[in-house]
Amino acid sequence: MNDPANEGRLSFRNVSKTYATRQRRIDAVVNVNLDLKEHEFVSIVGPSGCGKTTLMMMASGLIPCTAGAIYIGGRQVTGPFTDVGIVFQQDLLLPWRTALQNVMLPCEIRGLDARTFQPRALDLLALAGLGGFENEIPRSLSGGMRQRVAICRALVYNAPLLLMDEPFGFLDALTREQMNIDLLRIWDRERQTVLLITHSISEAIFLSDRIVVMSPNPGSIKDIIDVKLPRPRQMSSRDSAPYEDRIRALFQDMGLLQDRRDTEKQKGSR
Amino acid sequence: MPQPKPTAPPGGRRGQKEEANHTVSESPLARQNQGGLSREPYAYAEARLAAYPAMAAAAIPAAAILGLWELATYVLQIPQYILPAPSAVLGETLNSLGLLIDHGAVTLLEVTVGFGISIAVGLALAAIVCFSKALEAALYPLLVASQTIPKIAIGPLLIVWFGFGLTPKIIIVVLIAFFPIVISAIIGLKSSPPELLQLARSMGASEWQVFRKIRFPNALPSIFAGLEVAATLAVVGAVVGEFIGSSRGLGYLIQVAMGRLDTPLMFSAIFALTLMGSALFFVVHLIERRMLWWHSSMA
Repeated sequence: MNDPANEGRLSFRNVSKTYATRQRRIDAVVNVNLDLKEHEFVSIVGPSGCGKTTLMMMASGLIPCTAGAIYIGGRQVTGPFTDVGIVFQQDLLLPWRTALQNVMLPCEIRGLDARTFQPRALDLLALAGLGGFENEIPRSLSGGMRQRVAICRALVYNAPLLLMDEPFGFLDALTREQMNIDLLRIWDRERQTVLLITHSISEAIFLSDRIVVMSPNPGSIKDIIDVKLPRPRQMSSRDSAPYEDRIRALFQDMGLLQDRRDTEKQKGSR
Repeated sequence: MPQPKPTAPPGGRRGQKEEANHTVSESPLARQNQGGLSREPYAYAEARLAAYPAMAAAAIPAAAILGLWELATYVLQIPQYILPAPSAVLGETLNSLGLLIDHGAVTLLEVTVGFGISIAVGLALAAIVCFSKALEAALYPLLVASQTIPKIAIGPLLIVWFGFGLTPKIIIVVLIAFFPIVISAIIGLKSSPPELLQLARSMGASEWQVFRKIRFPNALPSIFAGLEVAATLAVVGAVVGEFIGSSRGLGYLIQVAMGRLDTPLMFSAIFALTLMGSALFFVVHLIERRMLWWHSSMA
């Protein structure tokens, strides 16, 4: 740890990733440069196949980059990086453990003192709206509740950086909106640096300080948009049409979104 | 903050209570009791009640078969040395109870010791195969090949090497019973979701921690399926061993009875073996229910 004030800083320097199959080489990510400041909330949006997940997996050190380097808090990522919290699309809770035991798993694995961290785990569960559900097993919880437990598990040992890969992708639209609001409430208190991968434009705008728009074939950064909506944000901040239009325009520009071609004709015939 | 509707009421440590709840959740009586404050004690009592109709359900076809059998032996006048009536088998069983218990105890010892060794050997081999790809490549073909050897064919060899005592029988039990345990344990240990293993690695978990906290508990449902198959095979193995050469055990008793054309005694011995196999299976199943209360198969 170089500088305790900047532990959550995340930097991608000329990062590329090439997957080699027997037939050909696929450039998943090409030459990505990106810096996340301490306490910053950054989202990556883009179509499937644009290398969003690859970027996140490289940041966590679970897969190596082909070229370039990634730094977290000034330390280069060379293998599985244990000072990050990760939330995947699936909650990945252990079905034989209660919510509390699941949240405590990282502490057990790191050999941290349960007496110190259990109060924090309970506090996080309460903050996530799961007070009273600590001793339920995942089977007894709804999908949204399980994902909340997974978020608490990623936060429990005070990792300065949180990586989230489509964390709300499996939830219905209503639960998803509620989860966005709850995530912001938790984040307002915890203030980790967050890198969120999402395919929901409105979710990205609502949550983020900056939005990285990626384009596919090969995966690269198309644009970075500053979201200047005031914080703390609430339900009314969801009205973010100008930003949404800008991002849609970018996707149209890439040929990923196309309006109906017959619209003009229909108008003419009437 | 609005709460999502919980699927289960809050509070209360989950455990066997959870299991009991799920066991009875289909019964209309249980549904009436849900929402009451003392729901869990009710669920307990009902789980116990629910077990009896299940047994009764099995008793009805069993009684029907026995009744038909009894009737057939009288109507068709089948001689007792070919097919004794159930009543005659029951009489013989009571008559030779001492004999059955003496020989049964020997077989039971072979079965339980052999089953215990099978579990230890099976789980150890599965763990080894899962920890090392090289060992997997070296051992897996041997494991499969070992199962293609007809156990009865190596029986005489075992007798040459170990004599007529318990040892060759236990070895045959192990040879027959360890295989389903190894295979089911390997499948179970390998079936942890890859994302979960990645998550564990990102937490800095060692191989041993991953095994103990994730792979092994995750493999338990599969392991228990193997144990249940192995429990029934263990009894088969003991009888095979006794048939090849022995002076004690239920397999030996069947051979003696065959020499005397004492068919009712043969049936009694077979009945005792069936009882033993079922009991072992049931014990494994009970342990499974206690350990896997969290698993969806127990709902």
